[in-house]
Amino acid sequence: MDAILLQILNGLDKGSAYALIALGLTLIFGTLGVVNFAHGALFMIGAFCAVMLSRLLSLSYTTIDPDRTDFLGNPLKVETPYVEAWFGPETGAAIIDWSVPLAILFSIPIMAVIGLVMERGLIKYFYKRPHADQILVTFGLAIVLQEIIKYFFGANPIPTPAPDVFAGSFDFGAMIGMDPNVIIYPYWRIVYFLFAAVIIGGVFAFLQYTTFGMVVRAGMADRQTVGLLGINIDKRFTVMFALAAVVAGLAGVMYAPINSPNYHMGMDFLVLSFVVVVVGGMGSLPGAVLAGFVLGILESFASMAQVVSLLPGINQIIIYLVAIVILLTRPRGLMGRKGVMES
Amino acid sequence: MLGLNKKDSSLFLLVLLLVIFAPFLLNPFPENSELAQFNAGYPDLMQRFLIFGIFAIGFNILFGLTGYLSFGHAAFLGVGSYAGVWMMKLLTMNVLPAIIISVIFAGLFSLLVGYISLRRSGIYFSILTLAFAQMSFSLAYSVLTPITAGETGLQLALDDPRILGVSQVDGTIPLAHFFGLNMRESYELAMGGWLFTFNAGYYLCAVIMMIAFYVAIRIFRSPFGMMLRAVKSNQQRMNFTGLNSRPYTLAAFVISGMYAGLAGGLMVAMDPLAGAERMQWTASGEVVLMTILGGAGTLIGPVLGAGFIKYLENIFSKINDNILYEWFSALPTAVADVLVFVIHPFIGKGWHLTLGIMFMLIVIFLPGGIMEGFQRIGKMFSRKKKTATGPSGAAPAPAE
Amino acid sequence: MTLIRKPLSRRSILRAGAAGGALLATPTIFTSRAWSQGYLNEPTGSTVTLGFNVPQTGPYADEGADELRAYELAVEHLNGEGDGGMMSTFSSKALKGNGILGKKVEYVTGDTQTKSDAARASAKSMIEKDGAIMITGGSSSGVAVAVQALCQEAGVIFMAGLTHSNDTTGKDRRANGFRHFFNSYMSGAALAPVLKNAYGDDRKAYHLTADYNWGYTTEQAVRESTEAMGWETVETVKTPLAATDFSAYITPVLQSDADVLVLNHYGGNMVNSLTNAVQFGLRDRVVNGRDFAIVVPLYSRLMAKGAGENVKGIFGSTNWHWSLQDEGSKAFVRSFGQKYGFPPSQAAHTCYVQALLYADACERAGTFNPCGVVEALEGFEFDGLGNGKTLYRAEDHQCFKDVLVVKGKENPSSEFDLLEIVEVTPVEQVTYAPDHPQFAGGALGTCNSGA
Repeated sequence: MDAILLQILNGLDKGSAYALIALGLTLIFGTLGVVNFAHGALFMIGAFCAVMLSRLLSLSYTTIDPDRTDFLGNPLKVETPYVEAWFGPETGAAIIDWSVPLAILFSIPIMAVIGLVMERGLIKYFYKRPHADQILVTFGLAIVLQEIIKYFFGANPIPTPAPDVFAGSFDFGAMIGMDPNVIIYPYWRIVYFLFAAVIIGGVFAFLQYTTFGMVVRAGMADRQTVGLLGINIDKRFTVMFALAAVVAGLAGVMYAPINSPNYHMGMDFLVLSFVVVVVGGMGSLPGAVLAGFVLGILESFASMAQVVSLLPGINQIIIYLVAIVILLTRPRGLMGRKGVMES
Repeated sequence: MLGLNKKDSSLFLLVLLLVIFAPFLLNPFPENSELAQFNAGYPDLMQRFLIFGIFAIGFNILFGLTGYLSFGHAAFLGVGSYAGVWMMKLLTMNVLPAIIISVIFAGLFSLLVGYISLRRSGIYFSILTLAFAQMSFSLAYSVLTPITAGETGLQLALDDPRILGVSQVDGTIPLAHFFGLNMRESYELAMGGWLFTFNAGYYLCAVIMMIAFYVAIRIFRSPFGMMLRAVKSNQQRMNFTGLNSRPYTLAAFVISGMYAGLAGGLMVAMDPLAGAERMQWTASGEVVLMTILGGAGTLIGPVLGAGFIKYLENIFSKINDNILYEWFSALPTAVADVLVFVIHPFIGKGWHLTLGIMFMLIVIFLPGGIMEGFQRIGKMFSRKKKTATGPSGAAPAPAE
Repeated sequence: MTLIRKPLSRRSILRAGAAGGALLATPTIFTSRAWSQGYLNEPTGSTVTLGFNVPQTGPYADEGADELRAYELAVEHLNGEGDGGMMSTFSSKALKGNGILGKKVEYVTGDTQTKSDAARASAKSMIEKDGAIMITGGSSSGVAVAVQALCQEAGVIFMAGLTHSNDTTGKDRRANGFRHFFNSYMSGAALAPVLKNAYGDDRKAYHLTADYNWGYTTEQAVRESTEAMGWETVETVKTPLAATDFSAYITPVLQSDADVLVLNHYGGNMVNSLTNAVQFGLRDRVVNGRDFAIVVPLYSRLMAKGAGENVKGIFGSTNWHWSLQDEGSKAFVRSFGQKYGFPPSQAAHTCYVQALLYADACERAGTFNPCGVVEALEGFEFDGLGNGKTLYRAEDHQCFKDVLVVKGKENPSSEFDLLEIVEVTPVEQVTYAPDHPQFAGGALGTCNSGA
């Protein structure tokens, strides 16, 4: 019982990452009709926004400490971050400690600009091109973005811890009246899950309750008619692209403390999030979110030792297996619409 | 010739000549010149050009004709490779049975995958094939280790049973051969500053590749090929006329799977090892990129795309700063430093960056792939002779 | 930057040929075997070419870059430039700083991509195109085993880089291949006594194991040696290579009564699983009144850096560490640090040593002929290369030397100072018989010189 509860928690967490990326992919696909293979790269850049900010905040000046020596026997250079010099050691350290949450604010303008530049500078020219061409050009872009990050940050993962307040874990089991010390869950993962819920809710509310969102939804359903009504749908779609980039970026920022970011984390997520989008049904936002959580939870269950010992290797393939079963029983995924991307 | 029309015959002859004289064409620079770095005329890379050419030709039969975008073709290549190595371990070091068994196994596996995946179309089909390939890769890398040797790759050992051959000769594993002709055997021709290598394995690949190419042309021009094109242009209308398109697409899928198996079999014939990475989604993606890059739906485009990617991978990744400095050794040091600094990100460990940029440039400016580039160049010349051809002329069929 | 001339033994032949006036007039055909008299890629000019095949793209690119730095340093020292590094502390004095056998050392580089296919393609181009006489490098066992088999088949020497799986010198050993790095068995044997001292002899261990060959051999090695001293293995779970989030594997640990978690992971897997384990509070956990412990059998400083704070107090083993105080290590750290500004990693160390050992073996054998080199390396005993007295065992071409047991440092003084040496396990304790069950099923065969 505890085991199942824990795996559901794990699954929700993994699911929220999948769901956030899949949501952005579906937004871009649904509005612009573009298959964006660079979406994983946007997630990765988001995570590196957190790295970048923590590097910026830790910009240091060096003083030489003659009493201590470095590995070559020279006097040790001591680095003191400017923020610590300006705000005093304690406040300074606290600011650096909070760099990941601060990176949320930092990343929004960056991701929005990247999204706008990408759409206006490149994707725009590919609306009318075959999907295969879109895949090729965005895949090329993903490689380029990835290599740029690798050039500046190296290939190794870079630890980007959450603020100390969220560092530990808490006894979730004891809170809901079960045995203590069994269901333990890290604070940051709960934060991640809640954050994802807020973002997903926000995007849905935006599309549902604002005029802007209404026009976008109308455009998704029938672009031509909306255009004939004299509404500049293109401009709105550009904004949607930027929004999708921001969502992917935020997912990345918040993910940085869970797994140390590296330059190829986007590619690792890309394939899985495509599977999630398709299982959810092309063009369906709720489908993408639902599929994200379903696959996340199933993946967690399949990782349990009892399951793996029964079916060796099941943890490796569960997502793909489920995808096959769902696509064979429900032709257009969980909530897909007819005629989208079927030819 | 051979039942081909005039245009196809001349294309076939052109390819034949290119393949025969590739050892010359790919080594255009004298051995001790600085540009020798860009020579590609060594056996391994020349074999790879042909093998991936076969893979891409086969992929194009499915994708170029029917428009079905499979994201799992690498799995068939991988299955073929494993079957081939097992044949060499168990039966004989002659490569022929290995190649044949590779094609058979890849064909059977593609029949299974195709039968299931072709129930869906469009992106749903793509994801189904991707799922099968990723499952094959994951399992081959981990739980199937007893059959596939997982991480280290399946390779020959000194104690292989090898029923129609010997396990070892004085502590050495026998080499792969084709009825006694050793695949590693090479002849070298030195002419002035140039050195050309003629490798037995390469020419075996060449013969098989030309057969595969010929079959592909015949398929493209056959009624069956027409039927596949009909699937691409309007499957619904085709179904309304009472034709069931599924057997045709399944046949195309299996044929292209067998081409992939053939490529896998040749790979192990040239180099007896089968690694699981061959089945990863990136490998499937690579053949998609080769095909689109070269020109999907064209006969020879995919081969060019394959050559392009393999050339970048093998030549650019080997350039390092020392070589750059050597190129610029005539220049003042400061200028050389600047040049090296500018070029450095694109070579050696940065070859991926060059690859990504090339993908983008080609797809942005040449929607029909490399083939369109050739056609444009050709048109430039023909326009000088004759005055008028339509502006969009004979643009190749777009990918979907 | 030093300029290194284009390598290529074949080119030197041609150069000589061209000088003799044999220009376009007389095309000569020869088979690849006829033109070199004795063995494949025999250097006939004034230079010799080595092939450095390291991961330059993919997750181990940084480790590969460090290997390449070490090789460049080794080439410098072999050619008599720089301060000579470990050549001055090396017990064999055959190397004179005038290249190898009087021939200047040149090199070509390639990218393994940490994929066996790509690594072999790259190695083949070095052999076929550039005329490399020896291939070295790599950062994973899959690549090492694949390239080793290729070198055996082609007839050149392979000096393995970082490869830790038992199989490299176990069931997949080859006559032309040599490994200086330690292996899974040695990790287990070195760790067990230290763990016993630190945590007692009645612990319950839970293993998470990367689901591929290296993971299997490491899990087996650690399990067998810890069980031998009294520990109980509660559960072993395989985790997919592609896994990035290990929470689903960590949480069941909380439910078991295990009080030790062994992470048989390397690279990105290790960084993530360790980070996740610490997030779930395992490091501060108390089970049955005892502190919970985490063990990482194979440590690498580069990866420890990726895991950041999480490595503190966690035991593991490593092949070499820059803080060692013997003369060899100090000389190497000095010359590497002066050139690049930071201390070398264990991958850099093993690659540098391999390059030196190869060069020394050629000098002692008096030839580049792979069979001569094999003979010179087999049973070779040496000292002064950072690991104390070391033996290249003839039976399996594995180096036997002391193994370091290390622990994540509590108060690092710099970004490189992440591990502290807990114990130097003497070589006797990690030595095993060549036919030990963990290494069974392989045979070296005979050396191949490509002739």
